[in-house]
Amino acid sequence: MEDFFLRAIVGGLGFAIAAGPVGCFVVWRRMAYLGEAIAHAILLGIALGFLLEIEPMITVLAICFIFAYLLARIDQDMMISTDALLGSISHFALALGLVVLAFMEHIRIDLISFMFGDILAIDSFELMTIYTVAAIVCLQVKWQWKNLLSITVNQDLAAVEGVPVEKTRLLLIMVLAMVIAIGMTIVGILLVIAMVIIPAAAARCLARTPEQMVIVATMIGCLAVVSGLYGSLTWDVPAGPSIIVVAGVIFFLVNLIPFRER
Amino acid sequence: MSIVNNASIHPSVDVSQRELLIEARSVSYRIGNRQILDSVDIAVNRGEIVTLIGTNGAGKSTLIRVLLKLIKPDQGSVIQHPGLRVGYSPQHVHRDSILPLTVRHFLALGESISLDQIRELLEEVGVGNILAQPLTGISGGELHRVMLARALLRKPDLLVLDEPMAGVDAASQSELYSLIGDIRDRYGCGILLVSHDLYMVMADTDTVVCLNHHVCCTGHPQTVITHPGFISVFGKDLSNTLAIYSHSHDHDHSTHRPEPETSGRHA
Repeated sequence: MEDFFLRAIVGGLGFAIAAGPVGCFVVWRRMAYLGEAIAHAILLGIALGFLLEIEPMITVLAICFIFAYLLARIDQDMMISTDALLGSISHFALALGLVVLAFMEHIRIDLISFMFGDILAIDSFELMTIYTVAAIVCLQVKWQWKNLLSITVNQDLAAVEGVPVEKTRLLLIMVLAMVIAIGMTIVGILLVIAMVIIPAAAARCLARTPEQMVIVATMIGCLAVVSGLYGSLTWDVPAGPSIIVVAGVIFFLVNLIPFRER
Repeated sequence: MSIVNNASIHPSVDVSQRELLIEARSVSYRIGNRQILDSVDIAVNRGEIVTLIGTNGAGKSTLIRVLLKLIKPDQGSVIQHPGLRVGYSPQHVHRDSILPLTVRHFLALGESISLDQIRELLEEVGVGNILAQPLTGISGGELHRVMLARALLRKPDLLVLDEPMAGVDAASQSELYSLIGDIRDRYGCGILLVSHDLYMVMADTDTVVCLNHHVCCTGHPQTVITHPGFISVFGKDLSNTLAIYSHSHDHDHSTHRPEPETSGRHA
């Protein structure tokens, strides 16, 4: 097996492992649009990386963090719906990223690779970052599992039972921001949220408990990464989209199978 | 329907030795320029059932949320007994089928507890057979009992039940009421109940607080039913309990005097 291909598989699996647990909370708590908004700020992070001449991965993580924090602070009492507000801010961030990149005339970047990922060009620094993030994400979800699930089921009840609701909510959003930042290198800005949502959504039909759903989602994500990458090698098609196509096919297949109880 | 006969002060409520669990002192809360709560006082003692009644939009749930410190009042204060353990059953529990959660897993979220304890508790609230059911697959009445079980898991000093009868048919309602009465006896806790059901108010309550943004009147059910503030909200025809919502009550009863046993506040 070629070295670049092995690195791609290892990196993709790291992302799938981080995306599985977080993806479940994203679909349970209906945070898909929030995730997409964070993803749209990634280009700003990349531009910042070129500007400061440091690894874009670091600046992307930083920008995702800041952006997620700001989005988490959105006041519920505003006149505009959260939905419209997220849509406005996220596309503003995307457009701003494109404009800033265009101003940096000395740099020629391949926009397509950022939009749809460049998993086959993944380097060892990125691999290290992906696995560090995956470890942090999995440990946080494990440690905070009960609190996270509690605020997902009923926030008021959780608060009365002594769960620090705001802290837990912020933690989840921050963890989501990290997953999206590392996903950028795997499937790109436009598809990263798909890799968070689709495996989790597909796992619903196969799971009877939240814990099962997290495990199944992670396994579906891993399956999508490996088969997507092999498919892309075999038919010479782009890797990122291939992974998402496999995940999507799994999603449709499990929904076709009739289950006694869902 | 015998209204007054069922009303008796519970033996565990000793007026001389009350243990105050929770108290709101002249609490006010507004959203925009709508005054939701206007200088409201309410208190619950151990062993006491306090029923908060009022029509839709009278501020009942807001008052509960203030008492539970889920929202901060604009004015006034909430005093909780130090170390107070509250069991809470919210009015609306959003059940989403995207989250695969069985009744057992739902209960285990509240406290770390063994399977046997969960089973025992579900038996106690009368739904021992739904342990393995998905939360989305049980009826509204069963859900209320599951919420009650979740609240009881915490061995609460104070049980707060927001509209526990919503969507429960009449036959199951009286069953659920006697269950709540039993729980008070067994756990020795205070119970704060939000209700718009007059029958329940009469049957098993120690103190009624009638809310319409301000406290119209408060006192023992027997005395409250003759109070002008109460009559102006629920009408004179007390046996016709279902008609209670047809009344408008932007009333001014400042010309009336409250009954001696009843403390009334008038806007």
